[in-house]
Amino acid sequence: MLNNQGRPTGAGAVAENAHARETFTRNRGLAMEEPLIFEVGRLDSTGVDIDEPEPFTQRLGKHARTAPIDLPGLSEPETMRHYVRLSQKNYAIDLGLYPLGSCTMKHNPRLNERMARLPGFGDIHPLQPVSTAQGALELMDTLAGWLMELTGASAVAMSPKAGAHGEACGMMAIKAAIEARGEGAQRRIVLVPESAHGTNPATAALIGYEVRAIPAREDGTVSVDAVRAALGPEVAALMLTNPNTCGLFEPEVVAIADAVHAAGAFFYCDGANFNAIVGKVRPMDLGVDAMHINLHKTFSTPHGGGGPGAGPVVLSPALAPFAPAPFVRRDGSAFTLVESAAGGQAFGRMTAFHGQMGMFVRAMSYMLSHGADGMRQASEDAVLNANYVRVCLSDVMSAPFGERPCMHEALFDDTWLKGSGVTTLDFAKAMIDEGYHPMTMYFPLVVHGAMLIEPTESESRASLDLFIMTLRDLAFSVQRGDVERFSGAPYHAPRRRLDETRAARQPVLRWTKPPPADGSRIAAE
Amino acid sequence: MRYLPLTPDDREDMLRRIGVDHIDALFADVPADKLLQAPPDLPRRKSELEVERALSRMAARNVAACSVPFFVGAGAYKHHVPASVDHLIQRSEFLTSYTPYQPEISQGTLQMLFEFQTQVANLTGMEVANASMYDGSTGCGEATLMAHRITRRRRAVLSGGLHPHYAEVVRTQSAMTGDEVVSLPPDVRAQEDIAAHIDDDVSCVIVQSPDVFGNLRDLAPIAKACHAKGALLIAVFTEAVSLGLVEPPGAMGADIVVGEGQSIGNALNFGGPHVGLFATRQKFVRQMPGRLAGQTVDAEGRRGFVLTLSTREQHIRREKATSNICTNSGLCALAFSIHMTLLGQTGLRKLARVNHANAVKLADMLADAGVEVLNETFFNEFTVRVKGDAASLVERMAQAGVLGGVPVSRLLPGAGLDDLLLVASTEVNTNEDRAALVAALTQ
Repeated sequence: MLNNQGRPTGAGAVAENAHARETFTRNRGLAMEEPLIFEVGRLDSTGVDIDEPEPFTQRLGKHARTAPIDLPGLSEPETMRHYVRLSQKNYAIDLGLYPLGSCTMKHNPRLNERMARLPGFGDIHPLQPVSTAQGALELMDTLAGWLMELTGASAVAMSPKAGAHGEACGMMAIKAAIEARGEGAQRRIVLVPESAHGTNPATAALIGYEVRAIPAREDGTVSVDAVRAALGPEVAALMLTNPNTCGLFEPEVVAIADAVHAAGAFFYCDGANFNAIVGKVRPMDLGVDAMHINLHKTFSTPHGGGGPGAGPVVLSPALAPFAPAPFVRRDGSAFTLVESAAGGQAFGRMTAFHGQMGMFVRAMSYMLSHGADGMRQASEDAVLNANYVRVCLSDVMSAPFGERPCMHEALFDDTWLKGSGVTTLDFAKAMIDEGYHPMTMYFPLVVHGAMLIEPTESESRASLDLFIMTLRDLAFSVQRGDVERFSGAPYHAPRRRLDETRAARQPVLRWTKPPPADGSRIAAE
Repeated sequence: MRYLPLTPDDREDMLRRIGVDHIDALFADVPADKLLQAPPDLPRRKSELEVERALSRMAARNVAACSVPFFVGAGAYKHHVPASVDHLIQRSEFLTSYTPYQPEISQGTLQMLFEFQTQVANLTGMEVANASMYDGSTGCGEATLMAHRITRRRRAVLSGGLHPHYAEVVRTQSAMTGDEVVSLPPDVRAQEDIAAHIDDDVSCVIVQSPDVFGNLRDLAPIAKACHAKGALLIAVFTEAVSLGLVEPPGAMGADIVVGEGQSIGNALNFGGPHVGLFATRQKFVRQMPGRLAGQTVDAEGRRGFVLTLSTREQHIRREKATSNICTNSGLCALAFSIHMTLLGQTGLRKLARVNHANAVKLADMLADAGVEVLNETFFNEFTVRVKGDAASLVERMAQAGVLGGVPVSRLLPGAGLDDLLLVASTEVNTNEDRAALVAALTQ
């Protein structure tokens, strides 16, 4: 099309609608259309060389596979091309600023990847003798020590596999502690603010609690009075995110913790936003009893397109005895692994084996790299960057809580879009055309048309300035009434807007062989 | 600090632009007496070289599977992973992307997940699979809850051949909600009569094959017994390669299939991250936990993929969601899918045959050396009876440079099975490895 100054792009300038002209291949230059492996693979092809074993007598009994497998293979060059082409359809931190609020898309250092792949970490088995895995236990113990120092906790359960799994672990420890004091039947309620991540109420329900919502205040924080009003002898715990999902540090958190404890309940803190306060304040000093830490947010382990994560849970002295198996014990310079929950007060087991070791190594590598000073600086820079974005956009977009400083993420609402014909969704999709991943949209739920921007500490000043100028330019388009820039966006992504309603109404969740008449390239088996 | 682009001048400028004179003004909501005045009591920053030294020193204290004759399994298996797999999963666009919530710029991840779901469904013989779970054990817990939702019953019956960690995950979770669990005693020789425990209150029966002792189990009669009473059969496997050679649970009537996918494309990683495979019947899809990628079209009518049926999920349904799960094991699922694409059914069959052949060879060698092999059937892992305590034997073998298996007592302490040893043999083992194991075991 035309460049963004509206000038023809030089000799042989093309017509306005040239982008719509179909090519023979349907590729558009470097933007390749890539079929499914089932459409190009062959059932008799393989990209690995494996010799048939020497003749032997099988020991499968009557269990040999008779059902077809129906999985095509590709040679190595074809496989490389397939996945490289797919990869090019993804946005990524390494491509640009990724301002997804609450998700913390910070830089993923490659040193961490190299460390996790050392054979002494990546190629060890969870059930090999502990005498042959002392370094692995040392790493787990060291990481646990750093997490306890940074949070002020006296114990940490390392095994949860992700943030939500960590929530479940922390809440199970709370339930076990409540049952141990004989109040299991009485305390059936968990308090969850309306602004919480969806995982919080889902977790509470998962382990059998009834959820009672706490309304949010006008200013985006939770009031101690609202908590007090909801507390009672039937309440087991409060689940509170701090810094909260509006990007604010809860100013009454200490009073809230005191009120929760006075009512005999526990304070579970969702640690999703711990990255704003590492080295600045210790959550346990605020009265927290349990908090999960998303290693994939705060400590830079890669998100990998949706996992794997890791969610260790730090625990207060009151909850420590109930931590699940397994745990590492240090005995001088030797380490042992307690793998059975039997006999003690441990509430059980969250998963097979010992947790996300691969993520532990990466997080440890991040922590050693930053050190105490660097982690504190990272939190400060994250908060600084978010406030810079907030201030530089506050005259063109609307912030629900006025000029109040934020922590690591800046929240806007859609008041400024009212009557423009542009929605939060449209605005986000137009960012895609400018080469940015959209911010988190429509979350937290307590703010209308929410746009939650988390730039992270990984962005340079120049990167932030370009991002700010881009959003301002988009905002000016809204003001000018250039609705088309938004309503059809994205125009330049690998795909235009996708029909999500159709996907949900007529779910197609797997490839199936089309009838042979339509010219399918799949050979019959 | 090499990961922080802001300069001191930038910071000062930006503070001025914000209108405060000190960074702590932005932390004004933190109670003053709780705000730390100095960095925590931990070491200062380190260079890349220093970090590499510190972590390499720890790694060197571990015995890597690739460095010794290696026969440890019991839920995680040492396989060869092609070089291209690890290269591809480190592509920035896969490694450093988020959950594909913006489908227009996430088609790479979404198409990969759609392919992964198809591969898992075909491999297990089921109709539909999700985009993966954390691992096999947590998938097993989720499957139990799903069965309870479908049947509106609350009792699970666990086979004595189910991996003890998986059983413990189910029991832990069930204890929280007061759901009932009937755990059958350890069933070393696959002789239990699990059908006898199925009545009108049973929601599901959970059976693993190959089981934790290596036995292959006939799921068809169990499925039949379940369905006669309105219960569901949850079939579990921990060795995905077995499905290249062994009848898949879907062909034997399983309603939900849960598996550990680590064996394909993924490293041992001391137990995680791994990747849970989860498949079921089409009719149960709306009760399924976890993410699902689905096919649709874009505004120009081109095929594209999105996350779908998210009204099951926590970010929409909150406390009424099918699960609290908020991630899958995306990058491990990618590794699985790439390796499976390289293998294809042709490569998978061969890989499975080599695994089985190696295990048969080892079982025969051990039997010839007078070691009792307990299994009638197995795939690439079996149980042997040793003289004395298997745990101390494993320790002695480790001192002699052979990682010879998993003592059953490590998984089932106090079960009186101290003389049993689980031995796994995959394609990585050579004849020399096997000879070393036989020698170490019979010394």
